[in-house]
Amino acid sequence: MKGNEAMAEAAIRAGCRYFFGYPITPQSELLEYMAKHMAEHGGVFLQAESEVSAINMVYGAAGAGARVMTATSSPGFSLMQEGISYMAGAELPAVLVNVVRGGPGLGGLQPAQSDYFQATKGGGHGDYRLVVLAPSSPQEAADLVYEAFDVADRYRNVVLILADSILAQAMEPVELPPPRDPAGLPAKPWATVGRGRRQETNVVNSLYLAAEDLWALNQRLQAKYRRIEAEETRWEEEGAEGADWLVVAYGSMARIALAAIRQVRREDGLRVGLFRPISLWPFPARPLARRAAASRGVLVLEMSAGQMVEDVRLAVEGAVPVRFFGKTGGVVPEVEEAVEAIRRMVAETAPHPAHR
Amino acid sequence: MHPVFEPTSGLRADRVTHYCPGCTHGVAHRLVAEVLEELGVLERTVGVASVGCSVLAYEYFRVDMQEAAHGRAPAVATGIKRVLPDRVVFTYQGDGDLAAIGMAEIIHAAARGENITVVFINNANYGMTSGQMAPTTLVGQRTTTTPAGRDPVQAGYPIRVAELLNALDGPAYLARGSLHDTAHILQAKRYIRRAFQAQIEGRGFSLVELLSSCPTNWGLEPVEALAFIRDRLVPQYPLGELRRPEGVR
Repeated sequence: MKGNEAMAEAAIRAGCRYFFGYPITPQSELLEYMAKHMAEHGGVFLQAESEVSAINMVYGAAGAGARVMTATSSPGFSLMQEGISYMAGAELPAVLVNVVRGGPGLGGLQPAQSDYFQATKGGGHGDYRLVVLAPSSPQEAADLVYEAFDVADRYRNVVLILADSILAQAMEPVELPPPRDPAGLPAKPWATVGRGRRQETNVVNSLYLAAEDLWALNQRLQAKYRRIEAEETRWEEEGAEGADWLVVAYGSMARIALAAIRQVRREDGLRVGLFRPISLWPFPARPLARRAAASRGVLVLEMSAGQMVEDVRLAVEGAVPVRFFGKTGGVVPEVEEAVEAIRRMVAETAPHPAHR
Repeated sequence: MHPVFEPTSGLRADRVTHYCPGCTHGVAHRLVAEVLEELGVLERTVGVASVGCSVLAYEYFRVDMQEAAHGRAPAVATGIKRVLPDRVVFTYQGDGDLAAIGMAEIIHAAARGENITVVFINNANYGMTSGQMAPTTLVGQRTTTTPAGRDPVQAGYPIRVAELLNALDGPAYLARGSLHDTAHILQAKRYIRRAFQAQIEGRGFSLVELLSSCPTNWGLEPVEALAFIRDRLVPQYPLGELRRPEGVR
């Protein structure tokens, strides 16, 4: 299956029955898959007039208690920031997919990781966080989308799948998770479904005119974010334990990094390990810091001008040198370039010329 | 004895609204609440409050409500209605919200024939932000951002929303009422009732535009503000039903 289709099918299997979206390359197959298959499951697909409208339809549907999803690509994700900030304020659960393409502006259609800041640092106005999950294969994308709905509901928080067009367009075998019955999902007593027999009305809202009340909301949000950090931090390693050098990469870039690491191990006999953050927020800072402290140096590889490298530097806190290599604008680093970057980093951080 | 006046259970009796003295938002709230009560749908209604003076509407109506970002209420209502097609879903929006920043959302919700009801308050200015020009501000009308009066060469012409939407195939019911005197208030209530009736019968998108007063920002006494609606707004924004499906009474 194509990554885009795997994510769409996984969402349906997770009990998502509402999809509001707007076409944009390179995520359009996800939208088209939903258009084709949502009705078979008794769900609703609606093509909105804009990404602004799409995310606000998601807001309404999430507030009404539904499992709901949208997908877009970078310029569309920018347009969605208003609605995402409101969803953070109203604590609404939903799953979003951003298939990142090169920017800024209209940019291009090729893969990039240059929306990292926007995805992990807020993007819209106010103090808030999204859970950001970055798969590196169509299989992992399907698994994470499936799980993302539970995570979103558990914390009443938006979960963002940060993909790129290599992942979205790649065709690989995917083992799909079992379908879930939406009727069996946990109730949402806070949802606006009509008052019924309730005395009090349910209100979905992010307006707090008194500063003390807004402070209290923010305190609650920050406490929730600390809980998410404790419970939802995800990462994967390969050969990182006891490694002399670490390479940090996520998403499709991690697969290129792994190929480069294997080549360096084979050809140079160097002990280089991969540390792959899966949750970009919460960022796996502590496990990374632990590994980094036992190493001689860290190299961050990204399809950006250097965005995640800032989080790596914060995590490492100067314990060892942190180097960066990246290409942006949709140009994907070659394995050979990554190999050269690793060798450069090793040369600059090795205590003895013999290590060269 | 026959009761002359009773409060509606569609509004929360324990709340005092923040609206300015002489503003007709209160009248509009009451009409909507009365209609929902009379139709017996209060318990299965979900409202959407917008940004502007009516931003706190969810504090006043005794129905479940969501607060929408500026102009986005029709999209939010679309999301709710698609999830809950058997509920009554309405938005309550002002002219800055609906006719400026939210123009795309209202036009496309109407074009889709989205089965929701929109209560559109037209007071010809931005009330909440203290009286700037709205898309509905009259030619020559003074606002804080048209201090010499709206000059169409510089600031364009007012938009007739009900007529604009009447160019689309999607809407089932479109009407414009006014809140400047008792007879017109009763007529406006009939329009609101028919709009909700159209939704309950599944006929599609319905909108009632209500000409409303803004004495504070117009710089007029409340009674003068009502006269301003009658003498200035009504000629620009003609009253009546623009579209009414057969069988809706």
